Amino acid sequence: MNFDDYQTKDFFDELIGSDGNPRSLSTPLIEQINSLSAKELRRLQKAAEVALYRQGITFSVYGDKKGTEKIIPFDIIPRVVPGDEWEIIDKGLKQRIKALNLFIDDIYNEKKILKDGIVPEDLILSSACYLKQCIGIKPPGGVWIHITGTDLVRDKDGKYYVLEDNLRCPSGISYVLQNRAIQKRTFPQAFAAMKVRPVSDYDNHLYNTLKNVAPKNCVGKPNIIVLTPGIYNSAYFEHAYLAQQMGVTLAEGSDLTVIDDCVMLRTTKGFEKVDVIYRRIDDEFIDPLAFRPDSLLGIPGIMQCYRKGNVTLANAPGTGIADDKAVYAYVPQIIKYYLGEDAIIPNVPTYLCGDEKQCEYVLKNLNSLVVKAVNLSGGYGMLIGSKSTPAERKEFAEKIKADPRNYIAQPTLCLSRTPTICGNQIEGRHVDLRPYILYGESIFVLPGGLTRVALTKGSLVVNSSQGGGSKDTWVMEDA
Amino acid sequence: MSRYLERAENVARFISVNEHLMLDLGLAPGNAQWNPLVTTSGDDADFAKRYDDPSEENVIYFLTFDKKNPNSIISCIARARENARTVREAISSEMWEELNLLYHLVEQNSRKRRIDNLQEFYAQIRNASHLFTGLSENTMSHGEGWHFARMARMLERADKTARLIDVKYFILLPDPAYVDSTYDAIEWGAVLKSANAFEMYRKYFHSINYKDVTKFLIFDKYFPRSITYCVNIAADSLDAIISELGVNVSAKQEMEKLRTSLASYSIDGILGNGLHEFIDIFQFNLNIVDQAINKSFFEI
Repeated sequence: MNFDDYQTKDFFDELIGSDGNPRSLSTPLIEQINSLSAKELRRLQKAAEVALYRQGITFSVYGDKKGTEKIIPFDIIPRVVPGDEWEIIDKGLKQRIKALNLFIDDIYNEKKILKDGIVPEDLILSSACYLKQCIGIKPPGGVWIHITGTDLVRDKDGKYYVLEDNLRCPSGISYVLQNRAIQKRTFPQAFAAMKVRPVSDYDNHLYNTLKNVAPKNCVGKPNIIVLTPGIYNSAYFEHAYLAQQMGVTLAEGSDLTVIDDCVMLRTTKGFEKVDVIYRRIDDEFIDPLAFRPDSLLGIPGIMQCYRKGNVTLANAPGTGIADDKAVYAYVPQIIKYYLGEDAIIPNVPTYLCGDEKQCEYVLKNLNSLVVKAVNLSGGYGMLIGSKSTPAERKEFAEKIKADPRNYIAQPTLCLSRTPTICGNQIEGRHVDLRPYILYGESIFVLPGGLTRVALTKGSLVVNSSQGGGSKDTWVMEDA
Repeated sequence: MSRYLERAENVARFISVNEHLMLDLGLAPGNAQWNPLVTTSGDDADFAKRYDDPSEENVIYFLTFDKKNPNSIISCIARARENARTVREAISSEMWEELNLLYHLVEQNSRKRRIDNLQEFYAQIRNASHLFTGLSENTMSHGEGWHFARMARMLERADKTARLIDVKYFILLPDPAYVDSTYDAIEWGAVLKSANAFEMYRKYFHSINYKDVTKFLIFDKYFPRSITYCVNIAADSLDAIISELGVNVSAKQEMEKLRTSLASYSIDGILGNGLHEFIDIFQFNLNIVDQAINKSFFEI
């Protein structure tokens, strides 16, 4: 099993140039792989999978009857990002996060951008993600989006685009850290030769980010916790992992209570005031008094504590508004408005079905577009026109007509591919990239990220809930 | 027996942590820092005599399979096995079998030209040591023999943690460019991992810096590899032995001195007067305790 028969075909390939030779920076990796027998390569792949099983890095797929826990498929051939490419990604993401944060702060406070007519007021106020409960709130340091996992994709020409912003509770960082731990054992020679930038201090950065956004009235070392919906949540492993790595308490809603507008943690030594909550519970479930009254996961009264500035929630409630896929279409204008700069990483062109003309175009061209519900993630509520049946297209057309504001469409991108072990050979598979960004005192982009890979031949859907796998991402030191 | 096994386990952990650290620091195999591992085990002179340069390959061989090095993993495990043979009737069969299996594992691997997966190999050694300790906890009476074994393990552990801090502090601190950088957190994180302390440290200190790391590894009362914990448990075991045998021995006074002198320090005092001096004094006192124990119980 080696690269002799590998074909990039018509796609941009992350490791191999269009001439069929390895991109110069990836040469040590390709050489190490080529020097291994098929048997050895399979043994390495197997060893990596065993390590993941042993560590219990599994996730549950909702609605899957076969078994509730799965390991996310892991491919041992890493994706490589040269230093100069990364520099642009780093700058572009910092720019985007800064602008989006200003945007969220604005629309819950002065609403200048709406008054100036840059983003239609109606689009914001009609969004299910615009939370009236957050109006007038000024979180510590003005930071709303503390933790982001932005999805990037590359098109045929190798250009990077932002596909989704994921400003609510992005998951997957634990896979980045664990994949790296395993990957270092897999190809140590290539890893050392290529000067890969480390990711293992993410937990340190995360802790400092949370510490830096503690409420103003917090005295001494802030008490930080991770709030999880519980052991049956699909990302529970990650919640526990992050709490453990930071050395903070992992709590469920039932461990917390509100006393005198402060969030208190029940411990064996009595109640302890909580200052910062890295919450992995969605907005609508976090407080049954403020949002869904049927939520059993949340803490009644926590929004009141938050509004009073007695506790910091990360990410802040209400950030989902900038995650709305119809609002996404306006991000380039948002960046221009707040920072006076052009977006460094462009958006994927987006058609808003809420606009009559654009909607007409979408309905006419369903077979070449990707249609998405504005408020869903994880590959749910999505139609890939080119791979759909007439019946599916008809069904989607009905849905769009019934609620046009709720849908957007984008051209089908020809996602880049990267070499992946498929059975007994190495084949190209489509990938995206999710870097992680932390915003506390300043903005930090972890030099690495989750490369998600669509393991099914030809498939463009990389979501783990839809049969995708993951890879380690090697960001190289030098530009 | 337990002392040598503990030593082998520590060497195995130091090597695998260092392997990961070198990769994280992006040091190519030619520039990687392997010399400190030899210094930590205290065998600089022997190594320099018999090897040309401290390359990864040389250091790993020296610390793992070199039978001429009395502190290599293979030598330690062979000696632990010899000792276990002499007390074969006092320890449980499960303990003996585990140690015997470990000996053969290392012996067989030492004859291979190349080992496919060194990380896996070192993990096996560490796990075997933990299993042995667990077996002694659960299958052997906690009488005099057991306390001797535990005391020896704790004294060895205290010594290794002290050496680890000493060597790392010396290497890491002089470079002001590294202080508070990403690499600083990674380097001191590796020190913690070398003592299996990373996760437990986090529960108390969160951010990683030399001062808190040093404090944790010297003074923490609950962490089973901190110097203070090891000395306290060793002292408890010595007390148990003394009360069981009904003797009055000089080792008790020496152990008490070690414990009180350790408790009299503060982290600021130690760092202010020089960490190396503190470790030197500690190891000097530790040696005296070792000698006193030998004299009190084994020299007839």
